[in-house]
Amino acid sequence: MATVEKDATSLGVTKPTMSPDLIVQVAPGTPAKEMSYQEAIREALREEMLRDPSVFLLGEDIGKHGGAFGVTRTLFDQFGPERVRNTPISENTIAGAAAGAALVGMRPVAEIMFVDFSGLAIDQIANQAAKLRFMTGGQCKVPMVVRMPQGGGAGKSTAAQHSQSLEVWYAHIPGLKVVLPSTPYDAKGLLKAAIRDDNPVVFLEHKFLYAFRGLVPDGDYVLPLSQCDIKREGTDVTVVASGYMVWHAMLAARMLESEGVSVEVVDVRTISPLDEDTIGRSARKTGRAVVVAEAVRSYGPTGEWAMVIMEQAFDYLKAPIVRVAGRFSPVPFADSIEKGIWPDTDDVVNAIRKVMEY
Amino acid sequence: MDVSKEMMLEMYRRMVRIREFELAAIDLFKRGMVKGAVHPYIGQEASGVGVCMALRQDDLIAGTHRSHGHNIAKGADTRRMMAEILGKETGYCKGRGGSMHIAAFETGSLGALAVVGSGIPIAVGAALAFKMRGEDRVAVPFTGDAGCNTGNWHEGLNMASCWDLPVVFVLENNHYGVSTNIAYSCKVKDLSVRAQAYGIPGVNVDGFDVLAVYEAAVAAVERARRGEGPTLLVTESYRFEGHYAGEPEVYRDRAEVQEWRKKDPIPRFRNYLVGNGIATEAEVAAIDAEVKQEMVEAVKFAQESPQPDPATCMDYIYA
Repeated sequence: MATVEKDATSLGVTKPTMSPDLIVQVAPGTPAKEMSYQEAIREALREEMLRDPSVFLLGEDIGKHGGAFGVTRTLFDQFGPERVRNTPISENTIAGAAAGAALVGMRPVAEIMFVDFSGLAIDQIANQAAKLRFMTGGQCKVPMVVRMPQGGGAGKSTAAQHSQSLEVWYAHIPGLKVVLPSTPYDAKGLLKAAIRDDNPVVFLEHKFLYAFRGLVPDGDYVLPLSQCDIKREGTDVTVVASGYMVWHAMLAARMLESEGVSVEVVDVRTISPLDEDTIGRSARKTGRAVVVAEAVRSYGPTGEWAMVIMEQAFDYLKAPIVRVAGRFSPVPFADSIEKGIWPDTDDVVNAIRKVMEY
Repeated sequence: MDVSKEMMLEMYRRMVRIREFELAAIDLFKRGMVKGAVHPYIGQEASGVGVCMALRQDDLIAGTHRSHGHNIAKGADTRRMMAEILGKETGYCKGRGGSMHIAAFETGSLGALAVVGSGIPIAVGAALAFKMRGEDRVAVPFTGDAGCNTGNWHEGLNMASCWDLPVVFVLENNHYGVSTNIAYSCKVKDLSVRAQAYGIPGVNVDGFDVLAVYEAAVAAVERARRGEGPTLLVTESYRFEGHYAGEPEVYRDRAEVQEWRKKDPIPRFRNYLVGNGIATEAEVAAIDAEVKQEMVEAVKFAQESPQPDPATCMDYIYA
């Protein structure tokens, strides 16, 4: 759990910076461009819209304005108001209209301005889109994506109604797929996969990551949904994390290298359906595990991942699993108290030390 | 409006088919053979049939928890419907949906959505797709009167009217949302005036008169096909049965129900057909008999069909 007072010196190691070279996903020599997570999402949308005329976007202020975070900027000029469709402020009908269009053969990508607003859309996402195929005995499919920015941290959050991490709301619903990419490379490849998938996909974008940059290969590629990605191989301890927390995990891993601790980082880039095997295999290999999520601790993703490790690796564990998660609080506004609720690199380092020293 | 004899007899057949289907379903329910709930459409047959007879097969309806009638009106097979009510593999939804989710996609459906008002956004999205692709198809979400107080309603009518989408919003005023009378939950008496808030036509029609509903629906559908946008069509009728089969109905007097039953749309249309020499007594009696026999066979088919294999319980969750 996070504590209020934290600084790098208290850890007794020099803290490296959170730079793009922490995560390298493109082999040297591969034609690639450096771009931000936000640009990578935009490029995925652009390429899919060029590739498939049934793909279109709908959401609040996504037209000329480019959306609250500028993700769709320039797409309106390229594709026009029909395919980059501004909507009234009507979250439930944005999601429901996406489902309806999907039922008749389109591949809509809806944007909900903040995941916090998706409470207004949850009937259409969780009761309708998620269940239509099942409750009609397979008579239909619902190939839609709902993009929603979530999360906060690093002094960037905007209080209680614009900063939550709500992946478990959707991960708890059979019929939905839930994606939370951590890098530009993953964001592009997973969004393309989500658009091409025949199921409703909740695509969560971490707001703080929008500006993160990384290499993205030229041309078309898709990444598999429902697979964890090992961001770093290690032998002593497994850190399971997702979204922005993957960066904290990677940074923690680099910091602990100098102490001779070899950390494996498993990125749960698709939250649901959960790739239990990769988590279990990694925990069996290392025999130690730390689970890290920004979402609040109680009933959060960390509990789920820890249980998977219990089920798949109990006999291999050398120490109890430690979890690092957001505190059970609404997100506060002031920096001083906001810092108190988010997990960060130091928390991950401390957790790893705890399992190593057990 | 000029409606052929053949068309009128088909309307009559579908109305009787709905009535007999519901009576059979209620009977099965009372015999303890139906799990969950059955929400009968008895009394409202002219609404669903009048609307659906104005549609083409490729126009799509979105149903509700009370949609046996909408399915039959759109042309669904009563055997597969009855099987669905009994949770059988031969049902339209392979026993995954039951009474509240019967949907026959082959006849033009967007599903039966049992959260009140939730079919509206879905129909709006389908209509948006039709418009984007230049198709002259129409989407028709059915909603009971209580649905007009939901956020779905406001958002959906607003969005469809902003974009001139080909939607006919059918608000079936059966006067009750479970136990709550619409006069309690809505200040306006004529629900069609709500259309004014969205700048679209609002039409109020006698929902016991299948020809009146049909005529109003044809006008609304033609307007939608011409690209002129949505219409709100309010069909005024009454729910003769309880909210669900076997419901105690403590919130209304038997006398009130008996009074409304005098307006029964089926004898009314039957008398119209025979009284005006459109059909003979023998012709309509033959339809009555055929439909009764059809229901005997539907019940038999449903009862004899197997339940889904337990090993398939995880099927159809993901495509």
